[in-house]
Amino acid sequence: MSKAILEMRNISKAFGGVKALDDVRLTVRAGEIHALMGENGAGKSTLIKVLTGVHGRDGGTIEFDGRAISPRSPKEAEAHGISTVYQEINLIPTLSVAENIMLGRQPKSFGIIRWQAMRRQAARALARLGLELDVTRELRSCSIAIQQLVAIARALDVQAKLLILDEPTSSLDEQECAALFDVMRRLRGEGLAILFVTHFLDQVYAMTDRITVLRNGEVVGEFETSGLPRLELIGKMLGRELKEEARATKNVAGRVPEEARESSVPVLEVKALGRRGAMHPVDLRIGEGEVVGLAGLLGSGRTEMARMLFGADRPDSGEIRVRGEVASLPSPRKAIRRGLAFCPEDRKAEGIIPNLSVRENLVLALQASRGPARLLARAEQLQIVENYIRLLDIRTPGTEAPIRNLSGGNQQKVLLARWLALQPTLIILDEPTRGIDVGAKAEIERLVASLREKGMSVLFISSELEEVVRVSQRVIVLRDRRKVGELGGDDVNEHSIMSLIAGHGTDHNVKPRGA
Amino acid sequence: MTKEDSTPTRPRVFAALRSFFIRHPSLQRLIWPLAGLGLLVLFNLMFDRAFFEITTRDGNLYGPVMTILRLAVKVMLLAIGMTLVIAAGGVDLSVGSVMAVAGALVAYLSTQGDWPFAALLGVAVLVALVAGAFNGTLVAFAGLQPIVATLIMMVLGRGLALSITGGLPISVQDPGLEFLGRGFVAGIPAPILLVVAVVVITGIACRMTALGLFIEAVGDNENASRMSGVNARGIKLFAYVFCALCAALAGLVTVGDVGRVEPDRLGQMLELDAITAVVVGGTVLTGGRFSLVGSIVGALLIQTLTVTLIRQGMPSDVAPVPKALVIIAVCLLQSPRLRAQLAAWRSGVRRVGA
Repeated sequence: MSKAILEMRNISKAFGGVKALDDVRLTVRAGEIHALMGENGAGKSTLIKVLTGVHGRDGGTIEFDGRAISPRSPKEAEAHGISTVYQEINLIPTLSVAENIMLGRQPKSFGIIRWQAMRRQAARALARLGLELDVTRELRSCSIAIQQLVAIARALDVQAKLLILDEPTSSLDEQECAALFDVMRRLRGEGLAILFVTHFLDQVYAMTDRITVLRNGEVVGEFETSGLPRLELIGKMLGRELKEEARATKNVAGRVPEEARESSVPVLEVKALGRRGAMHPVDLRIGEGEVVGLAGLLGSGRTEMARMLFGADRPDSGEIRVRGEVASLPSPRKAIRRGLAFCPEDRKAEGIIPNLSVRENLVLALQASRGPARLLARAEQLQIVENYIRLLDIRTPGTEAPIRNLSGGNQQKVLLARWLALQPTLIILDEPTRGIDVGAKAEIERLVASLREKGMSVLFISSELEEVVRVSQRVIVLRDRRKVGELGGDDVNEHSIMSLIAGHGTDHNVKPRGA
Repeated sequence: MTKEDSTPTRPRVFAALRSFFIRHPSLQRLIWPLAGLGLLVLFNLMFDRAFFEITTRDGNLYGPVMTILRLAVKVMLLAIGMTLVIAAGGVDLSVGSVMAVAGALVAYLSTQGDWPFAALLGVAVLVALVAGAFNGTLVAFAGLQPIVATLIMMVLGRGLALSITGGLPISVQDPGLEFLGRGFVAGIPAPILLVVAVVVITGIACRMTALGLFIEAVGDNENASRMSGVNARGIKLFAYVFCALCAALAGLVTVGDVGRVEPDRLGQMLELDAITAVVVGGTVLTGGRFSLVGSIVGALLIQTLTVTLIRQGMPSDVAPVPKALVIIAVCLLQSPRLRAQLAAWRSGVRRVGA
């Protein structure tokens, strides 16, 4: 067994009182590919940013290559021998391949760049990856995969001892992945340590030696890849141990008798709805007053599906029926008119209007549905806003405070209220409990239950299986942008969902990315 | 807040003002432009009493203050439209050229026959609709950067204006236009009343309907607004069309005031003055919250400064330098980061002093 090149111990980091990392430990050995796994918000990227000096740490030690280090910038981390290749390629598309590899380190004499030498060095760096390429080519004329390899070549050229690959395969097709994996194996053979962040299970099992699993900012454990069954890994990521109790987790949502559901016209019915590169054709029906859960790992297509249903992305096949009527929903505005509502996953980018007040944020959707001319009277607005502040227990200094000053959980409640004020027939909640505290989570779960009692239908998306099981009457399971199963009745339990996610029977031929 | 630790000698007015602004956060952004304008007025009160002299001739008001107001009319009109465009997350560089096209076309037509004033007005509105729709479509539907889209219109418009008049200045003699530029109503210059009317109407249109809310929402977070069902593209299109309308109106007022059109100079560089007025007035260039009154105050602040400097004997070609300094000062005072640092520094000093 080779020695550890990186030892991070007791790392903790908080952002404004919210713990992002708590007593985290990570050990990576020379000559191994080590997977860092976890769902969104588990702390993977925070951990990497602490390691590469983007964030400072609140506590803990980092030992690298036998020395204690405290990098304060990515550049400093690079000087120690820690190089990172990010998901979005940080290169300059209009420069040549050689320039991109050597940028900032060009060989010079008397301040003038020695182009010949630079090209030779760049070609050598690529050759190390087994890549032969005209280094004078403009980078943007190369495929994404080649660009990724150029980024790796650049990272390795700084005498790296540890290479961090942050979801490098998410934009690659199968062949491109294979080429990248060849390079990774070759580098491992040379004794390089690779920290590999991905959410594709197949790649983890094909490539890595060991796995560290994070969840909610804490280490769940460190495992030999070969000794950890797939199902157990999923359980660890989602925070459910595969014991008999887990099977018995009570589902509190009442079940609608099968016949009753079939007879009534569904609120939403979807047939073969798909979008190339985002989602394979999928069927779905949601009855009145029904809560349907959408489960699957990160990148399985949950959000893509929700966005298609709401008209935020245009599907290129299939049909959507709302209350039996064929509806084309090419824009959120039309979807809202049909009685749909969508609370997006990315609160900051697609939810809040940061500088506007709680009141303005809350009435926005209702006002938008009325059009600009029929302004809700101020008194009416305040009545609605104060009502929801009381109902959802929103903690805010006042109705006129800018929403950006509220905590994440309270922002989320304002956004929920924004949609509830419209009294939609179906509300899609995409990760409504992400990044909010436990108390607020429970409140939101209770709210979903009460909406159902009032006859509202809910499509509930969450990476927390326990939550999905608790609130949903039916669960649809997605894997690799495909619907792989639907569970109803007593089958709604964590074990069945995890089995579907793990894809028993199809273990080693799942493609990393759909056609 | 920190009222307790303020020195007891501090006038009561200050505390009252302070609590007023805390209760009305939307007026907070007006503090610095108003303070700047106040300082200038104070300066002139002390050193240049003649500054405030107002004479009446034939019952009409004249004097340096009236001159400032009249000179600022163009920029104020442009700034009203520009405020909405900037608030919606854009910018419009073409307003000067739209002024020129509207002015040149109206001037040309008035020399070509007996066009009634209403028809000339209609032509100007039509020019504005076309230009605004052009800008708005390129930005909202074709997804062009606002600077690029309106730069196209800026160049195009100037060329059109020149070709309409054949590159030559045209004299205009239309009683309606003349009244718009130089007339008086009850002793008050008509263009000033026009600005007041446009501000009031725009203010009502924005705040008595949901238009203002939608504009601010789109400018602050376009994606989130669209996801909430706001017609973000329509809102942007509206802002550009409205801005062009204001520009055409400014063109007519200028033509009426000067009595002739110089197509190469009419409205030139005014787009920058308008943007400056909006920014000094507290609307941030990245969009979101806006204040029409702020933009008017911003335009007046710049004009008052220029006139004051010239009256103090500064050559007019040097005047832009102190103007730049004031703009920097006002903008820095509005910068949240700088204000946070200042506050930290102040509280530090207070603690050491105590």
